[in-house]
Amino acid sequence: MGRYVARRLLQMIPVFIGSTLLVFSMMYALPGDPVRALAGEQTVDPAQIAAMKKDLGLDLPLWHQYWNYMVGLFQGDFGTQIASGRPVADIISEAFPITVRLTLFAFTFTVLVGISIGVFAGMKADTLRDRGLLILTLLLISVPSFVLGFLGQYFFAFQLGWVNPNVSGEANWNELFLPAVVLGSLSLAYVARLTRTSIAENLRSDYMRTAVAKGLPRRRIIGVHLMRNSMIPVVTFLGTDLGALMGGAVVTEGIFNVKGVGYNIFDALRHREGATVVGIVTLIVVVYLVSSLLVDLLYAVLDPRIRYA
Amino acid sequence: MRGAAHAGRVACAVAVVLAASGCGGASDVIGGPNGVVRSSWGDPQNPLEPANTNEVQGGKVLDMVFRGLKRYNPKTGKAENALAEKIDTADSTHFTVTVKDGWTFSDGEKVTAKSFVDAWNYGANVDNNQKNAYFFQYIDGYDKVHPESGQPTARALSGLKVTGPRTFTVTLSQRFSTWPDTLGYAAFAPLPRAFYDHHADWLAKPVGNGPYTVENYTKGSQMSLRTWKGYPGADRPRNGGVDLVVYTDNNTAYTDLVAGNLDLVDDVPASQLKNVRSDLSGRYINSPAGIIQTLAFPYYDKEWNTPDAAKVRTGLSMAINRKQITDTIFRKTRTPATDWTSPVLGADGGYLAGLCGRACDYDAAAAKQLIQRGGGIPHGRLTITYNADTGSHKEWVDAVCNSINNALGNDKACVGGPVGTFADFRNRIGQRKLTGPFRAGWQMDYPLIQNFLQPLYYTNASSNDGKWSDPRFDRLINEANADPDTKSAIRTFQRAEGVVRDRMAAIPLWYQNGSAGYSDRVSHVALNPFSVPVYNEIRVS
Repeated sequence: MGRYVARRLLQMIPVFIGSTLLVFSMMYALPGDPVRALAGEQTVDPAQIAAMKKDLGLDLPLWHQYWNYMVGLFQGDFGTQIASGRPVADIISEAFPITVRLTLFAFTFTVLVGISIGVFAGMKADTLRDRGLLILTLLLISVPSFVLGFLGQYFFAFQLGWVNPNVSGEANWNELFLPAVVLGSLSLAYVARLTRTSIAENLRSDYMRTAVAKGLPRRRIIGVHLMRNSMIPVVTFLGTDLGALMGGAVVTEGIFNVKGVGYNIFDALRHREGATVVGIVTLIVVVYLVSSLLVDLLYAVLDPRIRYA
Repeated sequence: MRGAAHAGRVACAVAVVLAASGCGGASDVIGGPNGVVRSSWGDPQNPLEPANTNEVQGGKVLDMVFRGLKRYNPKTGKAENALAEKIDTADSTHFTVTVKDGWTFSDGEKVTAKSFVDAWNYGANVDNNQKNAYFFQYIDGYDKVHPESGQPTARALSGLKVTGPRTFTVTLSQRFSTWPDTLGYAAFAPLPRAFYDHHADWLAKPVGNGPYTVENYTKGSQMSLRTWKGYPGADRPRNGGVDLVVYTDNNTAYTDLVAGNLDLVDDVPASQLKNVRSDLSGRYINSPAGIIQTLAFPYYDKEWNTPDAAKVRTGLSMAINRKQITDTIFRKTRTPATDWTSPVLGADGGYLAGLCGRACDYDAAAAKQLIQRGGGIPHGRLTITYNADTGSHKEWVDAVCNSINNALGNDKACVGGPVGTFADFRNRIGQRKLTGPFRAGWQMDYPLIQNFLQPLYYTNASSNDGKWSDPRFDRLINEANADPDTKSAIRTFQRAEGVVRDRMAAIPLWYQNGSAGYSDRVSHVALNPFSVPVYNEIRVS
């Protein structure tokens, strides 16, 4: 187990370097000059642009810029924004807490409601109740998140007045409720469907029959034997979903005025702020790597047949 | 080591998240003369240094926190003395400036002649990387502190001399009679010692001499400005302060305005223009701003730089149905242009409606004829280059092309050429590789006719992207700048504008309006000619 984890952690290093290099070169390859764009449609002073580029190290060849970036990164320096001159670490430390909060909220919602719906439907597969829930999840999958977002905003904020339409700068928990539900609803549909199929399948398996024959109480059969074994595909999905929720909330964050990671990546891409994009993407890569490691470790917990040497 | 500190902060922030923060965010809403206006804002791109801010979001703050020698009247746009007691000149080259007595910065430091001279020297010096450095280009010695290449050979502008606690002299490198009227621009603001001595602290919480002081500034979230009780100026605020709240875009800000969580939105999203009057029951402003949109041409391309091509350009101008486009696409937030300046200048300032004449009137038949007489469109097809990432330019470029195609009876005469990002768009213009017209927008720096002509059409001028050049135009501009009499100078500027018309150096499209919506909590809301809300006049009920 310990060796397995150590090996996995070591494997993260090449993945980490590879993905940062990839993102870094993609930002480098984008057309346009972010320093020049600062001046807008006003005067360009080539001397000043050259001086700013030199200060920021943007006049160096790609490999040298990447080297500087990595050296900085290992000392904890995420680089500096071109336009504002602010350290990227500041931007990250503002955006990540908000997004982590939103993601945790959406994730909890997905897990609790999604698995409940899945179990509820899967226990009585092919009944009216099951069909109804399947149609509901199909609806959630097919409706784009911005439609859900605007509908939610319209009904809950403007018609019913239960919540504020937007999230303020502080991004409190109660404000994040609606965005989190909208953000989590797509994953919720997938989780519900995965759980339902898995439960329905495992209900017919041999070990379930054995457990029933042994005379175990029903709560224990479902809660421990059935659930544990049915959770493997769901956990796999949830692991990758955590990363997707963190980085992919651009649309939802935009609708509800959440100044989180998605919004900041989008903004940085528009202004070609290379260091900001690479910094944030790097952190999301780390989140992906760690969550997939956790998922793999959870397999062993869920299914006693899986062992890691 | 600096980096290590940042990493620590990231880790802390992530840890803090896990502790729930249930504290309420609603700001206390009070009314009356102490009421605070909640206004929409976008995080300024640049640090908030006066000589480094060239966009409107940072400009809003500077307008509240600073007062310069001159201030542009929010209604008429005329430059009026603010901190200047008088600015004298005998020859339009040497100026003597006297600063009013009794002004201080909000930290108590007196505003003196030196406060101005030091600030201007700081702004001009190439080492300080100030984006508005070119505003000081007319002052003698600019080429020493801001050389085109290499290191500066002087620290201070030789044309600036402090002659007393409240007086200083300015020597320009050329005659420029209306130069004092440019001094209302934020780049010319005075700066306190704290700006130089504690620069990082100052940037985190700017200190100036304007009617408001910065009480609190959380980057990316909100800036709270409060009325400065000790403000000596005549334009004392009618409210207790302004909270500038950062929004991800103008749509979310508009949503909050409709929901009653915000008092003022100074940029109504295009998609909401059809609802705005009913949503806000008439609390909507749509007033001219000092912005003109044009189509510029690449004169480095030989085929565009011929006498016949001028006919083609005039023909193209006549083929554009400006009224239809401004009515349908822009819902009257743009006004068809009939000259190359802006209505905010007023007739006294040099705006002359109809100067363009027939060349800006839609006349499909005459347009077709003119273009044929000019030998047809150079390169056979017109591609209008624009950037697709901001400002929904695609809609109007397509409409302009449609209008031209209809006039010429040829579906393929004109097409739009989108470029992904603004940065890349500017790059292509800079590389001079375009073979057709491109989108050009000009937002005035100061309300003078000179600012609409010289930077854009003078030979090798800073924003003359198409590299247009005409000796007659240059001569008239020089003549106008040297003329000490403002009235006759403006007439000369208008004659220069006539040259632009006759050669159709750029096709004027429309004047842009500023738009704003506000809640029923506030009144006396107006936009100044720079489309920035006049915050100090707003009253909270």
